[in-house]
Amino acid sequence: MTTSSSLSLADASTGSYIRLERIEVQGVLRRRLLDLGFVPGNVIEVMQKSPLGDPTAFRVNNTTIALRIEESSLIFGYYEESDER
Amino acid sequence: MDAPLATNTADPLDSLLGAARTISHGAPIRDELVSDIYSRSRQICKLAVQYEDKKKLQSTYKLDKILTSKIWGYPIMFAILGVVFWITITGANVPSGWIADFFGVIEGYLTAGFQAVHAPAWLHGVLVLGFFRGTAWVISVMLPPMAIFFPVFALLENFGYLPRVAFNMDRLFKKSGGHGKQALTMSMGFGCNAAAILSTRIIESPRERMLAILTNNFVPCNGRWPTLILLSSLFMAAGVGAGLHSLATAGVVMGMVLFGIIVTLTVSWVLSKTALRGVPTHYTLELPPYRRPQIWKTILLSSRDKSLNVLTRAVVVAAPAGVITWILGNIFIGGDSILAHMAGFFEPFGHMIGLDGYIIMAFLLGLPANEIVLPILLMGYMSSGAMVDADGLDNIKDIFLQHGWTWLTALNMMLFSLLHYPCGTTLFNIYKETKSVKWTVLSAVIPLGIAIAVTFIVAQTARWLGWV
Amino acid sequence: MRPYTVALAGNPNTGKSTLFNTLTGLRQHTGNWAGKTVVSAEGEFIHEDTAFRMIDLPGTYSLYSNSADEEVARDYIIFEQPDVTIVVLDATSLERNLNLALQVLEMTSRVVVCINLMDEAKKLGIRVDTDQIERQLGVPVVAVSARNKTGIDTLLDKVAEIASGSHVPKPVPVIYNDDIEKKIAQLEPLIRQTLGDRFPARWVALRLLDEDESLISSLRAKLHEQPATEQKEEIRYGRTACH
Repeated sequence: MTTSSSLSLADASTGSYIRLERIEVQGVLRRRLLDLGFVPGNVIEVMQKSPLGDPTAFRVNNTTIALRIEESSLIFGYYEESDER
Repeated sequence: MDAPLATNTADPLDSLLGAARTISHGAPIRDELVSDIYSRSRQICKLAVQYEDKKKLQSTYKLDKILTSKIWGYPIMFAILGVVFWITITGANVPSGWIADFFGVIEGYLTAGFQAVHAPAWLHGVLVLGFFRGTAWVISVMLPPMAIFFPVFALLENFGYLPRVAFNMDRLFKKSGGHGKQALTMSMGFGCNAAAILSTRIIESPRERMLAILTNNFVPCNGRWPTLILLSSLFMAAGVGAGLHSLATAGVVMGMVLFGIIVTLTVSWVLSKTALRGVPTHYTLELPPYRRPQIWKTILLSSRDKSLNVLTRAVVVAAPAGVITWILGNIFIGGDSILAHMAGFFEPFGHMIGLDGYIIMAFLLGLPANEIVLPILLMGYMSSGAMVDADGLDNIKDIFLQHGWTWLTALNMMLFSLLHYPCGTTLFNIYKETKSVKWTVLSAVIPLGIAIAVTFIVAQTARWLGWV
Repeated sequence: MRPYTVALAGNPNTGKSTLFNTLTGLRQHTGNWAGKTVVSAEGEFIHEDTAFRMIDLPGTYSLYSNSADEEVARDYIIFEQPDVTIVVLDATSLERNLNLALQVLEMTSRVVVCINLMDEAKKLGIRVDTDQIERQLGVPVVAVSARNKTGIDTLLDKVAEIASGSHVPKPVPVIYNDDIEKKIAQLEPLIRQTLGDRFPARWVALRLLDEDESLISSLRAKLHEQPATEQKEEIRYGRTACH
């Protein structure tokens, strides 16, 4: 397992895995993200960008959730070699 | 909600909440709660769930890699839309003719029956030429395309394609200040705007939901498809060879839909800069795994439900409208029918926007349901004052041409149909959902204003350039 | 005798509507996208001479009242206290779905967990050990495929057992970190004193610690015996919302 410095989901390259570290979104959306599985410690796969470049689809707990850059740039983690499962 | 209950002092809940605040020291516990529940979920899954083959899990995203790819995402989306229209247009022609023939035969018997009992002519006129023809027209023109369009659309929906449309188009909606899920409610509008108004409940933010409600009308619903299809087939694709005819028709209809989407985005943008100002709210969009729809069940269910719907609507709305139109067309004042008088009144305005008085009349009388606009129009044109049988498209085209139609009239009628106010049912639903007369009125006035402006500009430009 | 009430809870897009249609014979349109069911539906069915009334709650990811849908679902479970709550889980994404099941189990013990889309899971090579999940949760767990109508009878048997009281499940509670558990322990007795046994004290404690404003106002309305006013669905555009 290689760890590197933390980066936002918006900056992560497609196809990579990110272990979440912190979420700086506030309010209702923060709670919604938590409910969807964007919890610290969880591993997220960066799937693919929309044809127009935004939003981006993420794989979390075997579900695909699309987030806009406004949100994904506030979710931080570090690269993980692959899904731990 | 927070109306103070004056009689209650020292609320036990307040003291509980106070105690909770003291205990928690105001530290947020939501993150920890969710984290702990999730670790428990993960723990259970580790014990109980086994992934035999991780490769198989990838099937959905492999498909997404294509369906939402930078290069293919949009072309595939348009191709799918085009194919759906093409199937609908090609498939509906033949059964439409059958149903019309069938009703023609029945009408023959009915007329014979009325004559046999020496029924008065006005009764025959109201019941057979008004009521029966009105209903028959709507059924034969509406039913076949809908019985094809809805199942095909339901298959796409059950497959899971709609959220991908929202994903592909999100950026456009964000730029226009709307909600990404507006693409979903828009898709619902293809079926029925009235139902789509209810589906806007998936948008939580009131501002963005209002945008979705106000612009839903720019997506043509099942009541307007036949108008669009018929007119593009008769006038727009007229010069194209037989083999490519339905393809060209589908192309024109798709152009209309794309124009509707452009108007949707523009109006959303303008509104979000003016009356409905605000920043786009945050949202998350789930892309569910693709599922193979149960093909036959979906087809049977949606055609049964929709067919029933069309039939009910035909009887409830089209039939009385047929009666009223017959009466208006057969009561004469000073040599002309009331209908002709009314059409005469609207003629100058109609001409200004490239239409005519009868078309304006038809749109006004068609407020209860868009399905009946075209039948009413044809009926107005016919000297007999009854709705025509749908026997043969050439016949219909001749009627139009006799009344001075050009390609411009057809184009502007299509544009007006696409853009004008939503039908009565939709307006009623908008009122129910917004509980606001102001927004309900605006949801009719804004599209109407745009419809008039667009057709005016098109008509004046075409005439100025000498194209007509 | 009045029919037993059965509430149907679950994440969006787990086949809740399909299951509802299968059980009640009604025909809600189903579609493959989150939030398809916008109007909650009610229907009735009979299983072995017993009548049941079924309420299809809005599909939600959680019951922490982040949205109107979640409040509706939460209020139904906590205030209407259905005889049985069926939690529908998507077998292909159990981790997230279990999150909701665990939340429901904190609110009521009269729960049957129904794992739907088992056929989809099998196709994707996911094997689910339902007995293990049943042991871990402490409530009956039934695997079904709503669209192929398999497992439905077993599901209804379990629902009937719990409705009649012949089986009283003992859910295994989620244990939170020591800090939170300590706080719950302090608050629980106070809640029992004030509210009695009408509401699950541990769950109320968690909600209070989370300062769940919406629950508190719902509770207040309920305690003053003012029937909770119908969830307003009108649109107030003036309020800048941030959902």
